[in-house]
Amino acid sequence: MTVALSGKEIASQIEEKFPGSVEESSQDSLVMKSNSLLPAATFLKDTESLKFDYLNYITAVDYYSYFEVVYQLTSLEHNHSIVIKTRCYTRENPAVPSVVGLWQGANSQEREIYDLMGISFEKHPNLKRMFLWEGFPGHPLRKDYL
Amino acid sequence: MTTTEMMTLKTEPFVLNFGPVHPSTHGVYRMRATLDGEVIIDIEPVVGYLHRGIEKLAEERTYTGFIPLTDRLDYISPMSNNLAYCLAVEKLAGIKVPERAEYIRIIIAELQRLANHCVAVGSFLNDAGAYFTPFMYTFREREKIIDLFDMVCGQRLTYNYMRIGGVSQDIPEEFMPALKKLVDQLTRFIEEYERLLKQNEILLARAKDVGILPRETAINYGISGPVARASGVKWDLRKADPYSIYDRFEFDIPVGETGDCYDRYRVRIEEMRQSLRILKQAMKDIPSGPVKADVPHLVRPPAGEAYAHLEAPKGELGFYLVSDGSIAPYRCHIRPTSLINLGALREMVRGWKVADLIIIFGSIDITMGEVDR
Amino acid sequence: MTIADAVINSLPMQATVTPDWPGGYWWHWLFFTVLLIVFVLCMVMGAIYIERRGMARMQSRLGPNRTGPFGLLQAVADAIKVLLKENIVPDKADKLVHWLAPVIAFAPAMMIFAVVPFQDGALLADLNIGILYVVAISSVSTVGVFMAGWGSSNKYSLLGAMRNVAAVVSYEMPLVLAIVGVVMVAGSLSLNQIVLAQDIPFFLVQPLGFLIFFIAGCAEINRSPFDLMEADSELVAGFHTEYSGMKFAMFYLVEYAEAIAISAIIATIFLGGWRGPFLPDWLWFIVKVFVVFFLMVWTRTTLPRVRIDQLMALAWKFLFPLALINLFITAVQVMFWPPALPWLMVVVNIVIMVILVVSWSKFFKLGWGRLEV
Repeated sequence: MTVALSGKEIASQIEEKFPGSVEESSQDSLVMKSNSLLPAATFLKDTESLKFDYLNYITAVDYYSYFEVVYQLTSLEHNHSIVIKTRCYTRENPAVPSVVGLWQGANSQEREIYDLMGISFEKHPNLKRMFLWEGFPGHPLRKDYL
Repeated sequence: MTTTEMMTLKTEPFVLNFGPVHPSTHGVYRMRATLDGEVIIDIEPVVGYLHRGIEKLAEERTYTGFIPLTDRLDYISPMSNNLAYCLAVEKLAGIKVPERAEYIRIIIAELQRLANHCVAVGSFLNDAGAYFTPFMYTFREREKIIDLFDMVCGQRLTYNYMRIGGVSQDIPEEFMPALKKLVDQLTRFIEEYERLLKQNEILLARAKDVGILPRETAINYGISGPVARASGVKWDLRKADPYSIYDRFEFDIPVGETGDCYDRYRVRIEEMRQSLRILKQAMKDIPSGPVKADVPHLVRPPAGEAYAHLEAPKGELGFYLVSDGSIAPYRCHIRPTSLINLGALREMVRGWKVADLIIIFGSIDITMGEVDR
Repeated sequence: MTIADAVINSLPMQATVTPDWPGGYWWHWLFFTVLLIVFVLCMVMGAIYIERRGMARMQSRLGPNRTGPFGLLQAVADAIKVLLKENIVPDKADKLVHWLAPVIAFAPAMMIFAVVPFQDGALLADLNIGILYVVAISSVSTVGVFMAGWGSSNKYSLLGAMRNVAAVVSYEMPLVLAIVGVVMVAGSLSLNQIVLAQDIPFFLVQPLGFLIFFIAGCAEINRSPFDLMEADSELVAGFHTEYSGMKFAMFYLVEYAEAIAISAIIATIFLGGWRGPFLPDWLWFIVKVFVVFFLMVWTRTTLPRVRIDQLMALAWKFLFPLALINLFITAVQVMFWPPALPWLMVVVNIVIMVILVVSWSKFFKLGWGRLEV
């Protein structure tokens, strides 16, 4: 069985290494501040005991006051998984650092989130619209689109 | 021109568009390939021709009303899509599925895996140039499987069979004898098929060592399913994170060594054999009982979020659901197996020729309904 | 006395056959021209029927069976349909080249039949350089194909046409060398004399030559497994993508007419032409042509397609050296083998062929791999 690691435990490990980066944590997931996402993700990928080398998915949810970008990571070797989230509190031009440098599979998924939700990813190699054409007005998956 | 100038012919790369409508690309997929003669230097995929906004539509439908829409995602194996969605809702709402329904779900899921691999192998060989002959043979077998599905739910393509808490109706009495006959026929068919194709010189020359995907690249790109297993990643969700009652069945996971097109083909054939093994065990042990838990038609799961994934025939298919306690999901995200598997295409194809592009693309086994949603 | 001596002694008998018609030469010419045109068209219809029904039955489906009894008039229906279509010429195409290409591609296919004997002495022109004329003429249709690819102003067509030219030029070598082996044993280039010299059919005396000629012939006329010039699943339709209406009908006709022409040449120089017991001679000829054509249909249905660099490697590294070795062995046998033991020569030749083909294919690598970009 893939063990879903406790958010609180991983949060405490990350707090040790990068103090002040975790916003909140619960049993299922942990929320990080967006500017410390990249170093924490590198830490999660490279530490031997955690070794999260497989990115399951990236998605984004629109809660009216903030956008939440959700990542699920799995370690194939240790067979455990964790859910990380990060939030953007602005509605015009929200931005989150891109994890393409760590997991190449994020490339197309981040483009999809940019296309449908409007969240840009810093340092993404090819941030263009994917499903809709250039010049499409708005971002359809947002709650205030229709 | 001097002799030295004539000796080094200057060539210029040109862009060739493998357009959305094409006899071989599986669905509406467009690639802009930069070619130097016949050698591929770069490809730029263009997707979005089949985008229907299914994730947005989920927010308008009820939980049960969304099940027909999940059929249209990967339209070659719709039962797996239904099952993945129902697993996600059951995880969110904490619903327990009765025993008989679990067994029926496993039988249907493995039959769907067989049907999908029939299409995958048939169209892979069609792309290799064997002018429809293996395609016709595998489709003959797929017809028999679809006849079984027709018996169960009355549909041949978009089944809409799984429900939250079980399946929509019980299997009729003629299903089990027909299934037994089919399992025997398929075992013999796979042997015959292998005899024709396993050591075929031309297939080996076209597919061996072509389009190699190294193991580390596969993990980094998030590849799952037969493509990852052919590259040496021993990861199958039925064993690593068993869902439903897969932990009660005995089966092996075929793993390839090199990660070339030939390995992907062999992995799919071996998976078909393992599916037949699971089917034989499930047919023996199936109990009687109700086939659907007592769930109201308008399900209201408690507020929260859940992600459930399963080993669909093409890879890891997952549904991420966020609920706010009402009758419709707040957010439904589908982990697109084919889109993520497609991410590695550029790595696999550079340096090969046009003919290899077609065969490598065919060996990944993509359905555009899943890519574009 | 050796075979060489027997051949030299028979030279005075090899005068060309002059027609003894009442009107003289011109009536002979008119009669045979009309007969040949009718013959080619009817054989092409028969070939289309055999191909479609034969291929369909091998793929476990039915094939055309509605138009006419047993679907015999399917070719007629296709011809009428194609003739009624609009003739579309692309805007940027070179008009003259585009118009001339089908004509240049079609004429040689008909002209080959001028020297093929239907009965002893019954042919349009008994040239004493018969087989040389055939080889020369069949190369002209390549020019037509290349004109078609160039004149279409379409990158796909140009790619297909260039592949075609490369392949045809490469396969001329083994083709001609296989023919030379037969010519040495028969002692004449005239097709009529070759048939008359076949007391034992030459495919037994020259098994390696037969194999090489068959493979090279399939490659010359773009049939599977070498049909990457018009690979359906890769380049839409290769060099005839932009053609419609009557011009497309010409290309379609060319493909089958060339197939029948190569079959007729194989039947004449390897299977014994019109010789056979009981039935009239011209009927034997037609039967043999259809047998060879059926063999071509069989290989088309069974084998996948090879890639362009594998095609070239097969021609230059496999067939060409084998053809040279065959030539050498045939020359030695013609000089020194006593003509009283022909069947022993048959056995020896078959053994040599098996050993050569098996051992050569072990040391032979099919094509390059991935290029660094």
